[in-house]
Amino acid sequence: MSGAVAATTPDGSRLHLNHGPIDLIIEATGTTEVVAAAYDRAWVRFQPLLDELVEELPLLRRPFGDEHAALRGTVALRMAAAVARFPDRFVTPMAAVAGAVADEIADAMWMGEDRGLRRCAVNDGGDIAVRLGAGETFVVGLVPLPDRPALIGTATVLSEDPVRGIATSGRHGRSFSRGMADAVTVLAADAATADAAATLIANAVDLPGHPAIARTPARELDPDTDLGDRLVTVEVGELTPQEIDDALAAGLAEADRMRAAEAIHAAVLCLGTLVLTVGPLRAAPVP
Amino acid sequence: MSATPADTVQCDACPIKCQIKPGRTGSCDRYGNVDGVLTRLDPLLILERTREQGGALVPFVAREGDWEGGIVPAEDLFVTGMGSTTTYPDYKPAPFIVSTAVAGVDMITVVTEGIFSYCGALVKIDTDRHVGAERQLVRAEGEPIGHVDTGQYGSQMLSLGGVNHLTGGTKAEGLATMRALLGLCSGEEVELTVDEGASLVLQAGKPPVINGVAEERMRVGCGSATIGMFAQQWFGLVDEVVVVDDHITGVLSEHQAGRYLGVEPTGIKVKGRRSTPGRYFNVAEPGTGWGGTNLDDPLAILGPFDPKTARPGLTILMVGTTGEHHAFFVLDDDLLAVQHDLPPKLELSVERIRENCEPALTSVVFMAGAGGSLRAGATENPVALTRSVKQRLTKVTSGGAPTFIWPGGGITFMVDVTRMPPGAFGYVPTPALVAPIEFTMRRDDYEALGGHTAAIVSVEEVVARPEATPISDLTDNPWPTDA
Repeated sequence: MSGAVAATTPDGSRLHLNHGPIDLIIEATGTTEVVAAAYDRAWVRFQPLLDELVEELPLLRRPFGDEHAALRGTVALRMAAAVARFPDRFVTPMAAVAGAVADEIADAMWMGEDRGLRRCAVNDGGDIAVRLGAGETFVVGLVPLPDRPALIGTATVLSEDPVRGIATSGRHGRSFSRGMADAVTVLAADAATADAAATLIANAVDLPGHPAIARTPARELDPDTDLGDRLVTVEVGELTPQEIDDALAAGLAEADRMRAAEAIHAAVLCLGTLVLTVGPLRAAPVP
Repeated sequence: MSATPADTVQCDACPIKCQIKPGRTGSCDRYGNVDGVLTRLDPLLILERTREQGGALVPFVAREGDWEGGIVPAEDLFVTGMGSTTTYPDYKPAPFIVSTAVAGVDMITVVTEGIFSYCGALVKIDTDRHVGAERQLVRAEGEPIGHVDTGQYGSQMLSLGGVNHLTGGTKAEGLATMRALLGLCSGEEVELTVDEGASLVLQAGKPPVINGVAEERMRVGCGSATIGMFAQQWFGLVDEVVVVDDHITGVLSEHQAGRYLGVEPTGIKVKGRRSTPGRYFNVAEPGTGWGGTNLDDPLAILGPFDPKTARPGLTILMVGTTGEHHAFFVLDDDLLAVQHDLPPKLELSVERIRENCEPALTSVVFMAGAGGSLRAGATENPVALTRSVKQRLTKVTSGGAPTFIWPGGGITFMVDVTRMPPGAFGYVPTPALVAPIEFTMRRDDYEALGGHTAAIVSVEEVVARPEATPISDLTDNPWPTDA
């Protein structure tokens, strides 16, 4: 069995942590000593993390409910807290796992502005936890299609914004989606919440029953999935502009509800050639 | 907990232990279910230099006590060609052209796998037993795959493979050759036979099995060499020493070494063909007895002692060249050798002979030529790469292991297969072998030789790829990017 691994660039500017499916790319800004100490803390926190999650994995894979009060691990608690914000939807804590890991490592490094870091970011496969000192900013590049990477624009987060997490979900990539969005990117108060919200909004981008969308029970693809026999999207065929509009409208409505409940700050929804936004993004197109 | 469906495989690479259905991958995408077999998908192996090797550490990991050994600075990561895949012919840039900063200098490593039909294995078998006459064919699965080469010191040599056996004969011959080469290079046990010779079971790094008998030790040297090495230690402790050997049996009192020390003549008579003084060929037949002969009783090689020179009480030590057999004799009043227990003062020298007999091993060296099209994956002008190698501006490694580059034309290299990570070798149906090869040079040299600079990626980017698999470097190979 392979264990946790870490690698840095020689100048110490970036840290990569890996264990099983967890791949973190971490960047901290500050003096060399302060950054080195922060990376130390990240590594120490990281090493037992996957084992902790696996211990509670069966419970984490179950739909959110009362039994999750029994969770003990700090990352597991973050996951549960994130999905608890969305009580009206089927969701398991697994929807927030990537963001929760990012948050946990980011907080391990951050430990308050008086520790000397100016800012830091932990990228867990596209789900990003950022911590910003006063006056710092973070620019997010928006890429709708992971297998054909192209930057369609950027969004800027200022330290005074209530945004400390960015996450993207869609029907491409590793995770399953019940919807048909190419990508939904959410900005929220933390990465775990952004992760859960992006998953749910992407699920909502849908044309239920439409013949152009091929679906299959999740368990046929992955016996261990938290989605059980619920249908996940396998393929999306040709869509008319009206159909794209209708699918996105459903997702927009979901995102609006979340914003009204102050669960998220902003969202970007991508399907085909159409990109729609909800909330303040300070977006800029790519020059 | 759900039951395991019949067609899934469980992956145990990390604590999650995904159940993977056929054609799917696990959570990390590194492992998949390929036809019911858990398969690591296109792993790109990256050697990490372990701290014990004295790898240079960036300051923050050098603090004693804090460091768990997990953080590896990028200059201590070397991307090997294993799993990098390639195309044939290689008209595209090599799979990875990796940039690392080492000691402030940009280094480029061109990482690829070569498909080699011009390749083979040179096998050294540590034995003096007869495995077959030089030039006799060596066979695997009954097919000719190579031949017995010229013998070396303490060793029988086989030359196996080559393009003619791989592709110039029947399909059966080519496949048997490829399978044997793949097995030998991968450190597996391979069965071979030699025409009018022995049957062999060979495994790189392990004792050879010849005609069903494992060869445990190399001889310390022939009998003459042994006399030369230990004469000083015997002088004054015993009157005569005979070192029994299948090749050359040595006699102390007659040998140059003994005479130089002033050992008195003993009147000993050895049956055998005398070479130079104190050196005898053919004292007996080859076998599993004393010193590689068929002898159980060493006195069988001695004739009567010359009464004009010998005397009662003369002491004689007889010992085999592997130190496994020894006997101590004293001449009686009739000048006949009578066996006695070995005196304690002679035990050390006998033990020392044994200690100097190294374990007998089979060694396998992979030899191949990096062809024109492989070089085109590295640079627009392939001969520029060859010249750069010859000028020692470019270092060639295979799976991170050091290579010996032949003088003369082309890039023909040899590598000790035991220095390479497991799973380094593969094959294609041509038949041909697939092996990793890496070319490391300074960035400005790479640009000068017409390298594909647009395709360069940083080592950090390669390490972050999901298919990149770090392994610790547990060899004592020189680090590829060291000068």
